[in-house]
Amino acid sequence: MLTNLSDSEERTGRRPGGETSRSSLANADTSGGRAGDKIFSGLSLGAGILIFVMLAAVAIFLTWQASPVLDIPATSVSGGEGFLNYVYPLVLGTLVAAIIALLIATPVGILVALYISHYAPAKVAKPVGYVIDLLAAIPSVVYGAWGMTVLSPALAPFYTWLSENFGFIPLFAGPASATGRTMMTAGIVLSIMILPIITSLCREIFIQTPQLHEEASLALGATRFEMIRQAVLPFARTGIISSVMLALGRALGETMAVALVLSTGGLQWSLIRTGNNTIAAEIALNYPEAFGNRLAELIAAGLMLFIITLIVNFIARAIIARYKEFSGAN
Amino acid sequence: MSISTQSKSSSPVKNSLTSGQRPKWLVPAVMVAAVVVGAALSALIGFGIATWAIFSAVIFLIAAPIAVTTIEGSRKGSDAALTYVVYAAFILAIIPLISVIWTVLVRGVPTISIDFLTTTMGGITGTVDQAAANAGDRPPGGALQAILGTVAITFWATLFSVPIGLLTAIYLVEYSNDNWLGKVITFLVDVMTGVPSIVAGLFASALFGLMLGPNTRMGIIGAVALTVLMIPTVVKATEEMLKIVPNELREASYALGVRKWRTILKVVIPTSISGIASGVTLAIARVIGETAPLLVTVGYFERVNLNVFNDWMATLPTFIYQQLMRPVAPTAPDPSTDRAWGAALILIVFVMVLNLIARLIAKAFAPKTGR
Repeated sequence: MLTNLSDSEERTGRRPGGETSRSSLANADTSGGRAGDKIFSGLSLGAGILIFVMLAAVAIFLTWQASPVLDIPATSVSGGEGFLNYVYPLVLGTLVAAIIALLIATPVGILVALYISHYAPAKVAKPVGYVIDLLAAIPSVVYGAWGMTVLSPALAPFYTWLSENFGFIPLFAGPASATGRTMMTAGIVLSIMILPIITSLCREIFIQTPQLHEEASLALGATRFEMIRQAVLPFARTGIISSVMLALGRALGETMAVALVLSTGGLQWSLIRTGNNTIAAEIALNYPEAFGNRLAELIAAGLMLFIITLIVNFIARAIIARYKEFSGAN
Repeated sequence: MSISTQSKSSSPVKNSLTSGQRPKWLVPAVMVAAVVVGAALSALIGFGIATWAIFSAVIFLIAAPIAVTTIEGSRKGSDAALTYVVYAAFILAIIPLISVIWTVLVRGVPTISIDFLTTTMGGITGTVDQAAANAGDRPPGGALQAILGTVAITFWATLFSVPIGLLTAIYLVEYSNDNWLGKVITFLVDVMTGVPSIVAGLFASALFGLMLGPNTRMGIIGAVALTVLMIPTVVKATEEMLKIVPNELREASYALGVRKWRTILKVVIPTSISGIASGVTLAIARVIGETAPLLVTVGYFERVNLNVFNDWMATLPTFIYQQLMRPVAPTAPDPSTDRAWGAALILIVFVMVLNLIARLIAKAFAPKTGR
């Protein structure tokens, strides 16, 4: 609307004839004149295009630096069985860590968002919102340090108990790690880190639920639970899905929590034994000392991570864009 | 008539309005019972505060809705269940936050001293650490080089990303007119928000690796990596702020014959500067704690290096990582761990102060709304 208006004004300014006196007056008034306009719009357009170039450069340079991996004979890749055999346990490990994180963070995050939007008294809701934002502001390396020194030892006895009583389930097969630095702990730390994403996005959407829907539901005698089920959740469904997808993207790429918490190893079913690894942690742990083929290998693994998170984010954004008009998911 | 007899009678429960409702003491009673039973159960497997709390919470979450259901029916029962679960989830989410902040304070504060803030790790060897650990001294060495490195690299990242982010937002709001390029850029900025931090680090490392040879480590590479992470935050914050500048202001400026670029510089940006400044501050707070990209681009160094164009540097996040993962004295890791928590405390103070500044800026310089 505004830009339309200004465009039309520019056009009238340029038109020769009756309007010239007005445009010359404008020229006299402003020191920069038309050149300044050109330069400034050119600069801002350039910055916009730079974003495009930058993202393209990320993809291009990673692909370029990773390409040697295709030429390396299979036996000289780490593990000695080719790149795919090297990378698939890492991809699976990344997915497992992210899934554990989502399984914990999704229900808790949505419920906390409900608490803020529909349960907490107005006086409490705002500080609680700040506190959740605070949770997001803490650097990941601090979470990693906390997970390594506080959470892991605290969970170790629980893992031992789990392996003794539920060891027949492959996920909890013993012997449990004595330090507690396992995939499960890494997943829990990740869930704490992505919780604020889910909560803050869901809160935004829950607050936007049309007041009339809620009041209509309550007026018909619904309890608060029924009102939430009938009015709030259908309205927010796509928003919830996209917030979970965005959180998934974050969980997939999170590095420090896993690198610090997990004592890494080969892929295995048990979540409470030492072992497993993720792409991000593998890169962080090995890149500083890597050179030659190993460098290409790690960059190729990073490229895989980039592609996976890109796909997840594309889907999330597509969902948001598609349902923008129908819901509060924005 | 019956009402009058009821009001006279001594038992207050027989009111037709409150009949079928749970008595007020029911839920607290269930809570007490849950705590007692929880204590008993946790005593069975070896008493601990954590198991006690978990058992009590689980028993309460199961028992309370059942109690309500038996008195008031299943609809009220499910309503009660959701209420208690929502409160429980909130408490569950707060516990780790309290634990993290408590840990950082308890373990970080004793380490912080003038020495820790003004010395580096230069000359601190395993033997020094070992001796300090044996004597039970305050950990030797300090984090000065990391503090300075973090400030330097964050400064450069801000210097790169603020102009680019600001101009991009200006293009999106003032120039793009919702054309296809504007839509593409908006979409790409959204995508960029999701780029994992380690991938940004790899990108910067690969880019400079091509130009300067592989395994080059410099502060500026880390700054470029952080720029990639920072730009989308700056663009988003600025865009939001530019959008809420009232159109009347722009129109008034145009009506006076002022050029568009001067309108933007003299009217639109000054109006929204508080929001932009606080957005930029929040973006700095976000990248200041990034570890992974710095780990792969800047490395770690024991002494002060302020030249971002040459050689390895230390930063607070990598300092923490280094102290935890590679203790100076492998046989006596305690001084290293202490130093890590001291650095973590400094880092969190940085982040919190930046957040506070952002709020203050937003408040102090907000345009006067008039009467």
